[in-house]
Amino acid sequence: MGNDREILKIVVVGHVDHGKSTVIGRLLYDTKAVPEGKIERVKQISKEKGKPFEYAYLLDAFEEEQKQGITIDITQLQFFTDKRDYVIIDAPGHKEFLKNMISGAANAEAALLIIDALEGVQEQSKRHGYILSLLGIQKVYVAVNKMDLIDYSEEKFNEIRHEMNKFLNSLHVYPLKYIPISAFYGENMTHGSDKMKWYQGESILESIDLFEKEKGLEDKALRFPIQDVYKFDNRRIIAGRVESGTIKVGDEILISPSNKITRVKTVEYWVDRDKRDVVSAGMSVGITVEDEFFNKRGEVISHKNNPPLVSDTFKANLFWMGRNSLIKNKKYKLKLVTQEQECEIISISKVTDATTLDTMENAMEVKTNDVAEVTIRTKENISFDEFKNNPNTGRFVLLDGYDVSGGGIVSDLEKGVQTTSKLSHNHNEITVTCFDEYFYFLAEGSVRKVTGRPYTFGHGDVLPIMGETYLYPNDFDLIDLKSRLSARVRKSRLEEIVGFNEYNYDSVPIIDTNGAYIKIKSQEAFNELINDYEINSHNINKWAAFANKWMDFMRFRQIKFDNALRISEVDYFI
Amino acid sequence: MDHLDRLEAQSIYILREAYKKFGKLGMLWSIGKDSTVLMWLAKKAFFGHCPFPFIHVDTTLKIPEMIEYRDKMAKEYDIKLIVHSNEEALRAGMGPEKGRLECCRALKTDGLQQVVTKYEFEGLILGIRRDEEGSRSKERVFSERNKDSEWDYTNQPPELWDQFKTDFPKGNHIRVHPILHWDEIDIWSYIGRENIPLVDLYFARNGKRYRSLGCAPCTGMIDSNAATVDEIIEELKNTQVSERAGRAQDQEDAYAMQKLRKDGYM
Repeated sequence: MGNDREILKIVVVGHVDHGKSTVIGRLLYDTKAVPEGKIERVKQISKEKGKPFEYAYLLDAFEEEQKQGITIDITQLQFFTDKRDYVIIDAPGHKEFLKNMISGAANAEAALLIIDALEGVQEQSKRHGYILSLLGIQKVYVAVNKMDLIDYSEEKFNEIRHEMNKFLNSLHVYPLKYIPISAFYGENMTHGSDKMKWYQGESILESIDLFEKEKGLEDKALRFPIQDVYKFDNRRIIAGRVESGTIKVGDEILISPSNKITRVKTVEYWVDRDKRDVVSAGMSVGITVEDEFFNKRGEVISHKNNPPLVSDTFKANLFWMGRNSLIKNKKYKLKLVTQEQECEIISISKVTDATTLDTMENAMEVKTNDVAEVTIRTKENISFDEFKNNPNTGRFVLLDGYDVSGGGIVSDLEKGVQTTSKLSHNHNEITVTCFDEYFYFLAEGSVRKVTGRPYTFGHGDVLPIMGETYLYPNDFDLIDLKSRLSARVRKSRLEEIVGFNEYNYDSVPIIDTNGAYIKIKSQEAFNELINDYEINSHNINKWAAFANKWMDFMRFRQIKFDNALRISEVDYFI
Repeated sequence: MDHLDRLEAQSIYILREAYKKFGKLGMLWSIGKDSTVLMWLAKKAFFGHCPFPFIHVDTTLKIPEMIEYRDKMAKEYDIKLIVHSNEEALRAGMGPEKGRLECCRALKTDGLQQVVTKYEFEGLILGIRRDEEGSRSKERVFSERNKDSEWDYTNQPPELWDQFKTDFPKGNHIRVHPILHWDEIDIWSYIGRENIPLVDLYFARNGKRYRSLGCAPCTGMIDSNAATVDEIIEELKNTQVSERAGRAQDQEDAYAMQKLRKDGYM
């Protein structure tokens, strides 16, 4: 393996016996990550025991070797394709291994969730969905395994897809793909399957190569938390790891939360090969600054125009693994990058039992293995970001006594209740209803719109392009005629929002904020649409004619039958 | 950043965390390739300085070239060196003929425990790697030991997002493993890239070389013609034999290393 090859870490999750080991074993086999000798040996052992060879045994053989009598821990396996190297994190499905699973999955960049086609969505499928949501893993594929047991039926595959998608969307996990496979028979593992000609998408291995690695950290705002300050000689070196962004000699920098401003004088080094004037995300570096006032560990260096949030109160989603329950009004230690602060839980707005998925509002405590929405107050101000804007500075751990007992991500700072979903980027906001669903309710004989839980999607977020009753393309532009803004969505992610004056037609479908397809295929047609809107928008009697002329509401939607209006859904959001 | 840059940055981050968090900190230097890479990383982390002592637990059974190399390096790189032997056990005649595991336990595990007690170390930096051997693969980066240096591997805390175990009761100490995530080929690639001076024993002479270094009576050479770093990397890419195959104590029984390490072995 070359040194400059890209590495992607994938966690494989799913209910026990849904075929995780077979999928992984098969991937290792098909990519030749398992030495010939080992395959032969496993085949030999299977034969001796009178069992047919299974790919899962390849993994068991690995485990036997690695386990050597100690506790079952997270297992890391490697394979590579022409494109890049992979590390597979195999997450044990059993409850008691939740702690290990979270430890492993916390470092994953993408996830593969395996569901048994016959058994469908099970308890652990859901629990693992939670963990993905909680850890903010957005790149998720769902593999519907054992398709052979349901005769490779497209219909049943779609049923499972809808059931799981509904659940995951309620957690704000939006899988990029659903892939029907039979790992045991190798169907749809490395190439298309003759048994499932109805499936137009890529196989598992091809899909995995399509995961796009997050390259964003360098391009995000500068966050350089001070790890330590050294005075071994006449230099006063501020040491730390650049968590995001880029910093160079001469930059004007802001130090939070103390709000001091200075400039970078030098970037320090020991051997000549490390001499450089610019350093960026991921590097462990040391700098000197022009004004030598007192700096200390925990302060965060940023550029002046793009500072971190500074506050003593924030909302968070957290999971608790402590021996004792997490309770209000008790002192815990919070660690967020290099900051350490005494803190308290001032409210527990919702607790979800990770086994039964029961939720409880305004709880008094969070038990071991539960997940919760809480508000945390630190003794003094700390610097941080919302997780969705910057994962490295948006997550933290809590210590109860000597032990790390919980982990969480900062969900937001805002107070107040949001009632509609929004797309947000660069201070531009578009209110959208395109992710609402439409049903014909048989009990009342009418079509109604069912609104999902409101959420604000920011730059780079994966959008829920597939709902129960709608499916948008991966690439599209969404326009808001009223506020004259356009959102660019590529590969399901929100890339940017710009004003109409900066908009250029890009040969992708355009939808409006309701999700209706706009019937234009050129810049000229776009200009004409805008003109027509200006003329008609003031006259309510012309709206329908305008909409019917330019829009096709059903292009990406369908209306499904349902029994009766659902008053309120069980809300799984954590 | 390439693969080695990422490994290096992570290791430096870990070394700096250890230095910040532990008042009494020492680094174990076995004189082998891994702990020498660690020395190099420490010099980088602290911009040419080594703000903590290096500890060599000397069994007095080491290969003589190793001791020569140790003293030369310490001088050249301005390293504070603590050399300690378990004199009592040596006086009583301890050696591998009394049993390999007993010998390791007395001269290395107990020797190390004596240093920890004498200098009241809160943190010990070690150059072990996950890929070396089964029980090391289960290690955490910051791994707690009780006052008798025992390791409770069944109850290890999760290490989330580089938030390591830095809080613990007085009397315990933390083993810090900054190169846990490197593998053998990473080590050699880095030695080649950075041009780190190593003891000659690793490079083949007359068709033999050491792949892993330890005490003379219990460490075997392998057949090899790899006389340069590049040749060693090429050799490792094609081998099916494990790195510590030449270390006799590992082979004493299937769980030898696990048993040794539970009691405080490196």
